[in-house]
Amino acid sequence: MNAIHATEAARQPVIEVRDLVNRFGTQLVHDHLNLDVYRGEILGVVGGSGTGKSVLLRTIIGLVRPESGSVRVFGEDLLALPAERRSMVERRFGVLFQSGALFSSLTVAENVALPLIEHAGLPRPDAERLAGVKLALAGLPIDAAGKYPSQLSGGMIKRAALARSLALDPEILFLDEPTAGLDPISAAAFDSLIVTLQNALGLTVFLVTHDLDTLYTTCDRVAVLSQHRVLAAAPIDEVAATDDPWVQAYFHGPRGRAALQSAHAGRKD
Amino acid sequence: MTESPPGRAQVVRDAQASRLMISGDWTLPHYVQLQHLMATVSKDVDTNTVIDAKNLGALDTSGAMVIAQWLGSARAQELALDVSIPAPRRALLKTVADAMNTYCQPLPRERRSTASILLERIGQAVVSSWKQTLKLLGFIGMVLQAIAATIWRPRRWRVTALVSHIEQTGLDAVPILSLLSFMVGAVVAFLGATALATYGASVFVVDLIGFAFLREFGVLLTAILLAGRTASAFTAQIGSMKAREEIDAIRTLGLDPIELLVLPRVLALLIALPLLTFIAMLTGIVGGAVVCLSVLKMSLSMFISMFRDDMSVTQFLVGMAKAPVFAFLIGVIGCMEGFKVSGSAQSVGEHTTSAVVQSIFVVILMDATAALFYMEMGW
Repeated sequence: MNAIHATEAARQPVIEVRDLVNRFGTQLVHDHLNLDVYRGEILGVVGGSGTGKSVLLRTIIGLVRPESGSVRVFGEDLLALPAERRSMVERRFGVLFQSGALFSSLTVAENVALPLIEHAGLPRPDAERLAGVKLALAGLPIDAAGKYPSQLSGGMIKRAALARSLALDPEILFLDEPTAGLDPISAAAFDSLIVTLQNALGLTVFLVTHDLDTLYTTCDRVAVLSQHRVLAAAPIDEVAATDDPWVQAYFHGPRGRAALQSAHAGRKD
Repeated sequence: MTESPPGRAQVVRDAQASRLMISGDWTLPHYVQLQHLMATVSKDVDTNTVIDAKNLGALDTSGAMVIAQWLGSARAQELALDVSIPAPRRALLKTVADAMNTYCQPLPRERRSTASILLERIGQAVVSSWKQTLKLLGFIGMVLQAIAATIWRPRRWRVTALVSHIEQTGLDAVPILSLLSFMVGAVVAFLGATALATYGASVFVVDLIGFAFLREFGVLLTAILLAGRTASAFTAQIGSMKAREEIDAIRTLGLDPIELLVLPRVLALLIALPLLTFIAMLTGIVGGAVVCLSVLKMSLSMFISMFRDDMSVTQFLVGMAKAPVFAFLIGVIGCMEGFKVSGSAQSVGEHTTSAVVQSIFVVILMDATAALFYMEMGW
């Protein structure tokens, strides 16, 4: 889909993970894990439950301090930076948390306007107008802006959270299971929304997911996390051909075959 | 974000037509300047103006929004077809211009006079306090009914939960409560000594301490401390369970949340509060005695003999009788506020505050009522 995009960017890595080791107590999560994410691509990260997909995401955005190894985002080691510089880097990425993590005491519009007011220093009316446009970009209906998160459905919460993660026009977007808990129609709409926004805004997307349809429809490359490291990171057809029992079961199980068929059918259209 | 020259826009007129030249970076850091700039420039733009964006630098959603806002989304759509602009920019312009059509506008806030808002708030407060009282009475009824239903069936007693709550609400509160009532005892003794010295009746400080702690302060201090410490804990515990749908899960499993969550807590308080009251009485009297011995130079035997002559068991019983009532009310209010929590984190905070305020209020109200009643009865 975005093959042209990826090649012309000359494979410039924006995220470099090297020899990452994460451990919770005695439980080893990552063992010398290496991963590159290139500018302008959508990278899907898959793996069984408990293989540390979310932990990897949280390590990259600096919420988890790794035991050893380095994580570089835009060529800078987040954990080694002083707080001010780190905040500058953090403004260049947007994060969509698994359950949205919208601030429950603010309306949806205020949630999106908050980073605009705090970081970009916009006056409130301007920030709320811009927030309205971001919400429209994320596909929320007009009356949603004044509502509180507790009044929204699951799909709308994801969209509102996406609008907030896009507030500062990030270069990298981190999505933690964006389609989990959505009905198939909303999930498909969310997938195409991500592709549209990625094309329009030139985003690099780091996507943690379980959803095979999302992988087939959106991702340029897929990284498989297994046995504490990245087993393969390549375009989906290559990954699916990898000779590993888990990968085989994942991509060629009943759900995998169904997703593949629908993806091929989609491409012919 | 690297510093870059802000975007520029100017209208150039030549013989045939006017051209709007757009250049520089149209990004979020320059948003405010760009708004001002377009506000002045767009006056000179009419339908015949040619838009020239060949020299456009960086562009993000906020910049695209400014363009679409002042030129209208139809013009922005046209601009999105201009091949002199790189493809990603055009895609961005088109996406934002489309989004502007379905523009998601925050609802305007209603403006009303202060007087009408004030009246409305007062009205709401009256109605809600009435509803609150009804709810409290209803909840007390539910708890009493659950007690009546389980008391005859020892198999349904939640002994483990009960013991754990007794530890948390009772045992863990002993140090702070002892210290508190020791110090209040000392303060009361000082006050009494100063006031009574004028009449040469300093010895009656013993009676003052005895009456104060046996009848009022022992139970009142304990109840207020537990209202702050335990009612809030109950609300927060049950409230966050409510927020995470755990209460709903209990219901759908065919279990009774009142029996499972409220009964052990209320019963634990019913057991712990009288015991704590007894400790508070003791430490308060000890605090008073220490002042009597050290400041008033009274002998210990004199303190004890005066105490024994003037105090009766009635004083102790009168004070103690209030403890279970306070315990029940504090426990019920704490749990009830927990059940009223809805979804958000803020709601947990609001109801925790409300639980503490209400239970302290109810405790003091009941205490005053009891004092009147005891006085009429001559106890």
